[in-house]
Amino acid sequence: MEYNLASLQPALPEIFLLSAACLILVIDLFLTERTRLLTYGLSLAALAGAVALTLYAAGPEREILFHGSFVRDPMSDVLKIGLLLISLFAFVYAKDYLIELDILRGEYYVLGLFGVLGMLVMISANSFLTVYLGLELLALCLYALVAFHRDSGAGAEAAMKYFVLGALASGMLLYGISMVYGATGQLTFPEVAGVIAGGDADQTVLVFGLVFIVVGVSFKFGAVPFHMWVPDVYQGAPTSVTLFLGSAPKIAAFALTMRLLVDGMGSLVEQWQNMLIILAVLSMALGNVVAIAQSNVKRMLAYSTISHVGFIFLGLLAGTDKGYTAAMFYAITYALTAAGGFGVITMLCRKGFDAENLHDLKGLNDRSPWLAFMMLLIMFSMAGVPPTVGFFAKLFVLDAVISVDMVWLALVAVFFSIIGAFYYIRAVKMMYFDKPIDTAPLAASMDTQVMMSINGLAMLGFGLFPAALLGTCRAAFSG
Amino acid sequence: MDAVIALWTELPVVIQIVMKIVAIMLPLMLLVAYYTYAERKIIGYMQVRMGPNRVGFFGMRLWGLGQPIADAVKLMFKEIIIPTGASKTLFLIAPMLTIGPALAAWAVFPFDAGLVLADVNAGLLYILAMTSLGVYGVIIAGWASNSKYAFLGSIRSAAQIISYEIAMGFALVGVLVAAGSLNLGDIVNAQQGSVFHWFWLPLLPLFLVYFISGVAETNRAPFDVAEGESEIVAGFHVEYSGMTFAVFFLAEYANMILISALSALMFMGGWLSPLPQNWVDGVFLLDDGFQWLLLKTFAFMFLFLWFRATFPRYRYDQIMRLGWKVFIPITIVWIVVVSVMRVAEMPWWFN
Amino acid sequence: MSFEKFLFYVFAAILVFAAVMVITRKNPVHSALFLVLAFFNSAGLWMLAEAEFLAIALVLVYVGAVMVLFLFVVMMLDINIAELRAGFVRNAPVAILVAIAMVIELVIVVGPQRFGLDEVAAPAAKPAGYSNTEELGLALFTQHLYAFEIAAVILLVGIVAAIGLTMRRRPDTKSQDPSRQVTVKAKDRLRVIKMDAEEKA
Repeated sequence: MEYNLASLQPALPEIFLLSAACLILVIDLFLTERTRLLTYGLSLAALAGAVALTLYAAGPEREILFHGSFVRDPMSDVLKIGLLLISLFAFVYAKDYLIELDILRGEYYVLGLFGVLGMLVMISANSFLTVYLGLELLALCLYALVAFHRDSGAGAEAAMKYFVLGALASGMLLYGISMVYGATGQLTFPEVAGVIAGGDADQTVLVFGLVFIVVGVSFKFGAVPFHMWVPDVYQGAPTSVTLFLGSAPKIAAFALTMRLLVDGMGSLVEQWQNMLIILAVLSMALGNVVAIAQSNVKRMLAYSTISHVGFIFLGLLAGTDKGYTAAMFYAITYALTAAGGFGVITMLCRKGFDAENLHDLKGLNDRSPWLAFMMLLIMFSMAGVPPTVGFFAKLFVLDAVISVDMVWLALVAVFFSIIGAFYYIRAVKMMYFDKPIDTAPLAASMDTQVMMSINGLAMLGFGLFPAALLGTCRAAFSG
Repeated sequence: MDAVIALWTELPVVIQIVMKIVAIMLPLMLLVAYYTYAERKIIGYMQVRMGPNRVGFFGMRLWGLGQPIADAVKLMFKEIIIPTGASKTLFLIAPMLTIGPALAAWAVFPFDAGLVLADVNAGLLYILAMTSLGVYGVIIAGWASNSKYAFLGSIRSAAQIISYEIAMGFALVGVLVAAGSLNLGDIVNAQQGSVFHWFWLPLLPLFLVYFISGVAETNRAPFDVAEGESEIVAGFHVEYSGMTFAVFFLAEYANMILISALSALMFMGGWLSPLPQNWVDGVFLLDDGFQWLLLKTFAFMFLFLWFRATFPRYRYDQIMRLGWKVFIPITIVWIVVVSVMRVAEMPWWFN
Repeated sequence: MSFEKFLFYVFAAILVFAAVMVITRKNPVHSALFLVLAFFNSAGLWMLAEAEFLAIALVLVYVGAVMVLFLFVVMMLDINIAELRAGFVRNAPVAILVAIAMVIELVIVVGPQRFGLDEVAAPAAKPAGYSNTEELGLALFTQHLYAFEIAAVILLVGIVAAIGLTMRRRPDTKSQDPSRQVTVKAKDRLRVIKMDAEEKA
């Protein structure tokens, strides 16, 4: 086979990001404390470059590379762009926080970039091997980032819990994959799907493997009953890491599920549909109810994440293109919302003070009306109040579920969303109607403020004009 | 002659293999014994003294040639003391674990073209795996002795061997790239030509790193901190006596011979003659043959002794620094260089 | 029974025995050593499957390096095993029940009726000149190139994470800098002071 450099074009974003991350790693070694911000700038440039290359390589056709282990299709394009942009937000919000905590080290951004790379690999994976390796790459970066604040005992504890449970989940996933490989003898998704559709594979072994894969995926997503790590890790990690951990990986987890369950084992839809129903209902129920009892805002958002994961599963389990579109819309907008929510919390932090508790939000309107308004939009979006984007995301998912005749499921989802709305609105009430406990002025750098404004207004913008993003998502599946 | 060959082929395979093993082991053991003698003599001369010169045979002194035999007999008849609180099984297993890999590595070693016990494809890897196992004996000995000196020695040894094994492994990767094979016989054949065709020239940095790492792997001076008489008495084998001690001793010297022989094999053309093939074709003793391998091995073995007589012991952190910050980068860079030479089919060596 | 089959059962039996010992020994060092034994026997099993590269790599990497580091740490620990095992007897019945259930399930799913020789034929024995190492290298650098590269990145991240999380600048260490040592001049260390001779009181 003739080696042709141009044939690598679909993988350009990954190749570029890897080279950039390695380069930044080396450059950072030569920087002093004063010039450390160059690493930050270069990391943002790397992400922006990856966005540009993704756009350059994008197209409606499906391209397969590296002997079937890599795929670029419209879905991967949309997800990659969403992921890279949200990571960009996460990186910007992190900067001030890291400076305040005095842990601004180059490794933070390098690990972040490698984590983004892992997510890109997952999104573009076309074989079990690739998807697993991408997942491990992401997970390893996240473990290290969670423990990044070395003097924090809570951080170390969270990292340890995350690591042990994450390793367990990887083991589960790998075990399931080995079962499917044993039954089909194939590693790439189209070939696996082909063997399953051909009916040559042993059904028992397949379903056994499927169970393990679903368990592994739910662990990574943090769906009930595999959610135990989520609150502890969200609370223990530095807020900027929680921000990264709680936003972009949701998109990657969506891609992981799409690749594994839909691309790889689409004809087993009846089996995994039932599993996902259980996971979705439990997640929405437990997430929303337990979140009410939380006084720590990071913990509250962790439980809120669990409930949102239930919604993403709801879209996926519909098993139709409409459902996948809705789930994708939900994943992307939720990731953006979560980035904003945690972003506001990082902006409340300053030297020697880590905003963690719900009452730290009290009287935010008096201290910074603009920030309070942004948080209001974000909270409304999470609760699903129109005209914010969260409302439409929920609407599309419910629509997809109803159109496959699972009305009861939609009712359950609506019921728990209403319960969930309580604690989001409570946070809003605290911001606008309570007296501030802490009156220290809020100082945020320009880039953070600009990004936060874009983020908050995006909640409103996508909510008023959902068609643009929805159309893009729909196009990803129509091809 | 034919009758002997016929008799040989009649024997069961197991017996054949056992006899081959004996044919390798006996000379090796003898070599170890006289290596210790050579060590004492050579270091003695370097320090302007006589070395052992009393024990001989049949009433004759014979420059002390009987010394190693006398030492062996003495060690065999001494009591084996097992310290109180020692982990008895492990204490006794440790010496065996040290000598086992040192001897097992010879299984794939080719002594001449086609003269090898087991001609396996992954010979180089096998050797690497076996040499990496020797550390277990040291670690277990140190831990099982229930003595702090022994323990310190074994901890030092573990860290040191791990560190140098990486450099050693990378050096062998260079050889592997240059020869294009993991089979030791093929590696020698890839060096056909003359002394300037051998791998020591294109792989000069790897050759040096390999040999120095070999010295460190065998815990020999100037890297002998695991024993460190002046600091931790005798390190990991301080509690051993009699035959158990003798086995450690045997293993150390067998390992030195192995490293020397491997250096000769991989960088110095093994059994190949240093003169161009068309000069020496068929000439007795000058043609390719076992005698060359032996000569080269002896030269390296002499280096071990020379080092010991010349260099003071390295300090521990300096050993670590040398291993990690000097050798590993050198080897990595040179692997890239060798690969480029190989892909570019550099004339003389790789065309 | 062929010799290979016999070898397989020998290796497998020792492997299982060693694995059981790993989890039941009181002394962590003994456990680690039994783990080494287990690795050896799995290497033997791989050798039987004509995967000599994997077998030797297992010995080289896991036995020769990973377990040595493991022992290094375990030997220096002073763990109170009795404390760790306090819940063992109490939880053992449940654990054993779960384990038995798992074994039964696994036998049902991956037992010989699905993966036996009748279902999946044994691969043909390879010719004498077959080099598993070469085949593996070719597959790794062609078919699985992408996965290979990602694995390399994972290792790099491992290094970055380990160093980033543990390395600190400690001002109180007395480590030496050889390049500074050799550039020392006499006047940096020695100060000659001119003074008048003291008179006797």
